[in-house]
Amino acid sequence: MNFLYLFVLVPLVMMGVIALLKDSKRIKQVMAVGATIQLLLSFVLLVKFLDLRAAGDTAEMLFTSTLAWYEGLNISLSCGVDGISVLMIILSAIIVFTGVFASWGMTEQVKEYFLWFLMLSIGVFGFFITIDLFAMFLFYEVALIPMYLLIGVWGTGRKEYSAMKLTLMLMGGSAFLLLGILGIFFFSGAETMNILEIAAKNNIPEVAQNWIFPITFLGFGVLGALFPFHTWSPDGHASAPTAVSMLHAGVLMKLGGYGCFRVAMYLMPVGAENWTTLFLVLTGISVIYGAFGAVVQTDLKYINAYSSVSHCGMVLFAILMLNQTAMTGAIMQMLSHGLMTALFFSLIGAIYGRTHTREISQMGGLMQIMPFLSVCWVIAGMASLGLPGLSGFVSEMNIFMGAFMHEDLFHRVITIVACASIVVTAVYILRVIGKILYGAVVNEHHRELTDATWYERIAAVTLIVFIAAIGCLPFFPTEIIGDSLGVIVSKF
Amino acid sequence: MYSDIIALMRPEFLLLAQIVFLLIYDLFVCECGKKYFDTIACGLFVVCSVISFYPFGGVTVFGDCFGGMFSTSEMSQIVKMILCLGALLVFLQSKTWLNDERIVGKRSEMYILTLSTLFGMNLMMSAGHFLLFYLGLEMASLPLVTLVAYNKWSKESVEAGAKYVLMAAFSSGMMLFGIALFYGSVGVEGMYFDAIRKYLMVQPIQLMALVFFLSGVAFKISLVPFHLWTADVYQGAPTNVSAYLSVVSKGAAVFALMFLSFRMFANVFVYWQYILATLIVLSITIGNLFAMRQTNMKRFLAFSSISQAGYIMLGMIAGTDMAMTSVVFYLLVYLVSNIGLFGVVSIIENKTGMLTISDYNGLYKTNPKLSLAMTLFLFSLAGIPPFAGFFSKFFVFMSAAEEGWYILVFISLINTVISLYYYLLVVKAMFITPNENPIEEVKSDCFSKIGLFICLACTILLGIFSCVFAFISDASFALF
Repeated sequence: MNFLYLFVLVPLVMMGVIALLKDSKRIKQVMAVGATIQLLLSFVLLVKFLDLRAAGDTAEMLFTSTLAWYEGLNISLSCGVDGISVLMIILSAIIVFTGVFASWGMTEQVKEYFLWFLMLSIGVFGFFITIDLFAMFLFYEVALIPMYLLIGVWGTGRKEYSAMKLTLMLMGGSAFLLLGILGIFFFSGAETMNILEIAAKNNIPEVAQNWIFPITFLGFGVLGALFPFHTWSPDGHASAPTAVSMLHAGVLMKLGGYGCFRVAMYLMPVGAENWTTLFLVLTGISVIYGAFGAVVQTDLKYINAYSSVSHCGMVLFAILMLNQTAMTGAIMQMLSHGLMTALFFSLIGAIYGRTHTREISQMGGLMQIMPFLSVCWVIAGMASLGLPGLSGFVSEMNIFMGAFMHEDLFHRVITIVACASIVVTAVYILRVIGKILYGAVVNEHHRELTDATWYERIAAVTLIVFIAAIGCLPFFPTEIIGDSLGVIVSKF
Repeated sequence: MYSDIIALMRPEFLLLAQIVFLLIYDLFVCECGKKYFDTIACGLFVVCSVISFYPFGGVTVFGDCFGGMFSTSEMSQIVKMILCLGALLVFLQSKTWLNDERIVGKRSEMYILTLSTLFGMNLMMSAGHFLLFYLGLEMASLPLVTLVAYNKWSKESVEAGAKYVLMAAFSSGMMLFGIALFYGSVGVEGMYFDAIRKYLMVQPIQLMALVFFLSGVAFKISLVPFHLWTADVYQGAPTNVSAYLSVVSKGAAVFALMFLSFRMFANVFVYWQYILATLIVLSITIGNLFAMRQTNMKRFLAFSSISQAGYIMLGMIAGTDMAMTSVVFYLLVYLVSNIGLFGVVSIIENKTGMLTISDYNGLYKTNPKLSLAMTLFLFSLAGIPPFAGFFSKFFVFMSAAEEGWYILVFISLINTVISLYYYLLVVKAMFITPNENPIEEVKSDCFSKIGLFICLACTILLGIFSCVFAFISDASFALF
């Protein structure tokens, strides 16, 4: 059996075990054990992957295997990973792991919550291990639908509205996507829906690419918070329970970027080149608009959600630059944003659980009350605004360097505009830090609050370790993804 | 000679035997024997269905008889099996309803009438001649009128019966007119499908016949703009009969149309394709838009089934063997999901009489299993993986896209999002909307539990395991 199937089977087994349990404490223990196993598995995968590469295996995808499924329709469950997906799997495993600890305090309908949560993680892992268009789409949708119930039942605020909006917009995106997938399959004349085969044939006519590329890109772009279709993100993230926000902003939004990359750009390079201008403008707007949106918000979750729009916009922006440096930046940004936004959301969850408010005007001086959480917050903020030594710097540096390599006026202008978002990021990050962490204590009742519990500490420390690791050792992930990116970049 | 005929028409003869047996049993058995009537009827039906379709070695199953009037193929066997499964599931769900004291005395009629419609449908599936086809059609629709008006103390039920009989007569009339035109243009060789196929070409009179014929069938499938009866009839009819109408009766019409259009209308393929495309877009869109505004569960399901009919037809439009497979598979999946849905609704209606969507608020708190089952059925209908509905939708889209119907596929895809909205409204009512007095815990009888279990198992497994699809695919491949 292929090693990669374990990533889907482990959560599946966990679902089965949890369905049989009644005691909520037991359920959490099972979750913790399972998530740890998955985290370990993902590192085993990394080691195995590096071993194979070191042994000189230069195949594009490693661990490939095909499980025939619908033979008459040439649909199979093919899986395989390259450097990019290995990193994405590690990212997902980290976020699922920390997400379990972030939702340790959950008391209401624990069993159902974790069952849906596991279904979400099955979708995410499945998406990253498959290289078959049909299976990819299937897992993509598996990841979407639990969101509705997770937000609707366990969320806060305008949860029904947000849940419906999020689900419908993402499903709308997937409608585009499905059309794109069918178009790719039939125009490529490939025998199977395997991405590698379609890419190797590379014979989708330009006319077809010109209409299939934009709908595929849009389809994934909705999940990556591309400008006119980003509106689900602030509402959805603001209403979702902590761990779901973490997983959604941390991993699910990366599905969008990864999909754009793996399906849209890789399979339709000509279409990509023809459409870069329009999409660059849209992603540029995402970057700037998200940053400014975050500045005017007063709810912590909204601030972070808009900042996610801005940062995820940066991922798509970098992908569209079509060169190795910027694309490296894009992948690093996916990792970096995934980790730091998860950290942010877990901290917001912890703070909100204590203060019962997310309005920045109603909090102040938290540094005196809960120093651990506050310090973590500062670290996350610094990563977000790109302090060297943390992950944000590496990715933004690569992105803007790569973007500036284009010599024409249009690319230069749009890069400068996008670059300006860094300054705006500093504004909203420092504003929040100044208002809620420092200064006088606004609400005297807050003095009675306690600092982080052990499970919140586990979540935060794990995330910080990885953020710092990427910041200090950027060459390590860069090397892993280098070859895989080279294959894609060479198409342009 | 006769043994061949008996072997070929095994399902039909067995259905007839059941009808006669049940009639006699009901007349001559004492009261205490009638207590087990449901069990006997269901058991007999299962046994007979197995005998009908079990591939006994050495018995001819495929071929013609009566000079080509009646013919069976692998595909028609599969289709009959699906319809039988649907009827069985409806039987299993009907027990509580049939044991209502107001109708318990005439419950045998329900079984007899349903089996008669099934008999008619089987004739339709195997017909090689318009005469037999028409006989089957009437046989399949007239008993249904009685079933729709079964709750005769209820005004709605009787009203629905009246509407249904008018509709059935009207659509049969239209269809007959179409058939007459075919006959007129073909002439002496009569109304054998093969003869019509041979002489069918692009003549105005034949195209007109085609339009009339299609309209007649569209009434049965309740495609827009021939759908106006649907919501009223579904609402008025007893819930289990609505289930039968929405799945088995609709399915039979779809299958009949499928056989005819692939066998007979192949020459004028392009023409009916465009007619069908229009009907599909209208059905999916209008069905969806109306479903969004419904508050009554049964009306809601009626409009949802209208839009589902559009998706079924979408599979037909490509006209390939893959298309045929996807239609049959879609119908199978739709059958289990929709009957399951109606099953939950009927369990709740029978126990509490509650039927509006807002009555379902907070159902999960009191009836977690029922609401979970209902959610899965709704997700399957909406096309959410990993449930079977996702696969069937995907295959339908795939078969249409293969022939280049991208715009049509796109419109349908956008509509799946709309449909997701209203399916989620029900999910929201059950899981999210708070309610002080939710429906109390409902206990269902073991028959409906078995029925729901079959539906659930099929909804979850049909997609994940590809063997059923491969089985259908082989049969449709053999037909081309």
